[in-house]
Amino acid sequence: MSAPVAHALELRGLSKRYGSFIAVDAVSLRVDRGQFLTLLGPSGSGKTTILMAIAGFVAPSEGAVLLDGADITGLSPERRDFGMVFQGYALFPHMTVAENVAFPLRVRGLSRADRDARVRGALDLVQLAAFAGRRPSQLSGGQQQRVALARALVFDPALLLLDEPLSALDKKLRAELQDELKALHRRVGRTFVNVTHDQEEALSLSDQVAILNHGRLVQMGAPEALYERPRTRFVADFLGKSNFLQGTVREVGATGMALQAGATRLVQAGAAHPAPGRPALLSLRPEKIGLLAGAETAENEVAGTIASWAYLGAGYSLSVRTADLGEIRVALPAWRAPIAPREGLPVRLGWAADAAVPVLEDADAA
Amino acid sequence: MPPDAVALPAAAAPRAGWALPRDAGWWALLLPAFLLMSVIYVAPILQVLAISVTEPTTGLGNYERLFTSIGVQRVIGTTLRICAVTTVIALLLGYALAYVVALASPRAQRWWLLGVLLPLWISVLVRAFAWVTLLRRQGLVNQGLQGLGLIDEPLALVWNEFGIVVGMVHYMVPYAVLPMLAAMREIDPRLLAAARGLGASRLMAFARVFLPLSAPGLVAAGVLVFIFSLGFYITPAILGGGKTLMAAEWIKLQILDLVRWGMGAMLATVVVVAILTTLAVFSRVVNLRRLFGGGH
Repeated sequence: MSAPVAHALELRGLSKRYGSFIAVDAVSLRVDRGQFLTLLGPSGSGKTTILMAIAGFVAPSEGAVLLDGADITGLSPERRDFGMVFQGYALFPHMTVAENVAFPLRVRGLSRADRDARVRGALDLVQLAAFAGRRPSQLSGGQQQRVALARALVFDPALLLLDEPLSALDKKLRAELQDELKALHRRVGRTFVNVTHDQEEALSLSDQVAILNHGRLVQMGAPEALYERPRTRFVADFLGKSNFLQGTVREVGATGMALQAGATRLVQAGAAHPAPGRPALLSLRPEKIGLLAGAETAENEVAGTIASWAYLGAGYSLSVRTADLGEIRVALPAWRAPIAPREGLPVRLGWAADAAVPVLEDADAA
Repeated sequence: MPPDAVALPAAAAPRAGWALPRDAGWWALLLPAFLLMSVIYVAPILQVLAISVTEPTTGLGNYERLFTSIGVQRVIGTTLRICAVTTVIALLLGYALAYVVALASPRAQRWWLLGVLLPLWISVLVRAFAWVTLLRRQGLVNQGLQGLGLIDEPLALVWNEFGIVVGMVHYMVPYAVLPMLAAMREIDPRLLAAARGLGASRLMAFARVFLPLSAPGLVAAGVLVFIFSLGFYITPAILGGGKTLMAAEWIKLQILDLVRWGMGAMLATVVVVAILTTLAVFSRVVNLRRLFGGGH
């Protein structure tokens, strides 16, 4: 690879309608040079349509795609100079690995010597130099994926687009290739735009994650920010696991508020809150809840009984039935667990005032 | 459990050593059809072909004519030329048609296919006479061209090789479309998108990706059309007007008009051998099962 020149990508009010169906609804976002952006959402959220609009395969109904400030909305796919890894890889079955990787160079009219050198470089990059003469059908899924990456990177594209690059692989291989993809991103220093419905993949790979639902951009930010400070119920629910606690605001102070849920009083830290008397919704991650032993206390406490439980190796997943807050899911580390879970066991749950996050109902956020 | 389910394992269990193979029953069902085919189809054909070495005298005299008779050579040359031209034109037209059908929406595909297959349901005879009506001196085509002032004299469009090729191409296009369409349908449309996404223009994506991937269908269609063309009788007989002789009509002439059974049977044998040889050669290159619709 020659000196890396990463590009910044911007979407301005991008919409795509198919008849009366709105696939993408006024999405605006910006990816800085060299960043790894993931578009994350359930199927039908519009993430693939956005990627296809960036690639030039889908013409937006409204809005613009900009590369380094220049409008490229009307440019045909082959003139955008973007590398793309397709879902299922789309390797050419009638060509060898080397011919597949050489394809983008060939259509750009590079000389044979130049082609050979670059193909070798790209195959070295993904550690597949030994497989240059094979056909795609003779490779494993992971190897095919790496060929697709080499093919998408060999011509030094302005941008690398990845459409569910790891979805066809089994879980273990997927984890391996996630690490590889991340290392590759660091090594080539390009801007990557990835599409996935796998939240773990999104969290582990990306600098920025854009969460989409029903064609709208719900929230965008660094993985930690999204996980720790989800704005809506959808984000909290889609990214990781979450309990939702429903209550009514009782008192509001400078550093937090008090909520009432049935007979249970909850304290919640934070500055911005709804007015007293209004309903409030909190997202509470299962791993932020502890079991209280004996005389132990916490800022928030609730008693309940174990309704069901599962052993997951690293920990237990408990479902605790409470009177005022419904069923609360608790993640309990298995090593030196304070209790041996069994159904019907009474437990006391506790969490800090800053453990939960107030979130909006999806309808209110729209 | 229903009572018949209880009986199943016993019936499926392997029987004692004297038993026939388990699927022998199925093969036995094919036996009547097999006997019928051999007795009333294959045996008579072999018998007729055998005449080529028995009449007028026993020996290979008839086959010697392949190398000595200019008349025989001309018929073979004409046949090969017309078949080759027909195959090339039918492939070009069929490829374009198959391409359009393959890329059409599923709904549109059904209509296109109906349009492609419709001619197959019309008798060859009707179609040949229809072409005569269209192409003759006072036909629609000549009158139209004259009316437009493009030509002064009617063109000789029928009762020559041109007319034969028109009729044969018309007949063969559906046979060219079907194997090519089958091959094109197996091409993942994402490959074309991938080619364009990687910088190939539409034309390059077609030339470097679609065309090579559809090549097996092209070869299969070529073999099918060429083999079918070799045996054409009615279309060349009507549209050739007896002036341009192809193998089938020449054989009929030898046997029915000149009563030279040996010569007719000789050329018939040559055609049969040519067809079987072509099939044998291409079965090594192309999946014949797919060609004849046997799936993968």
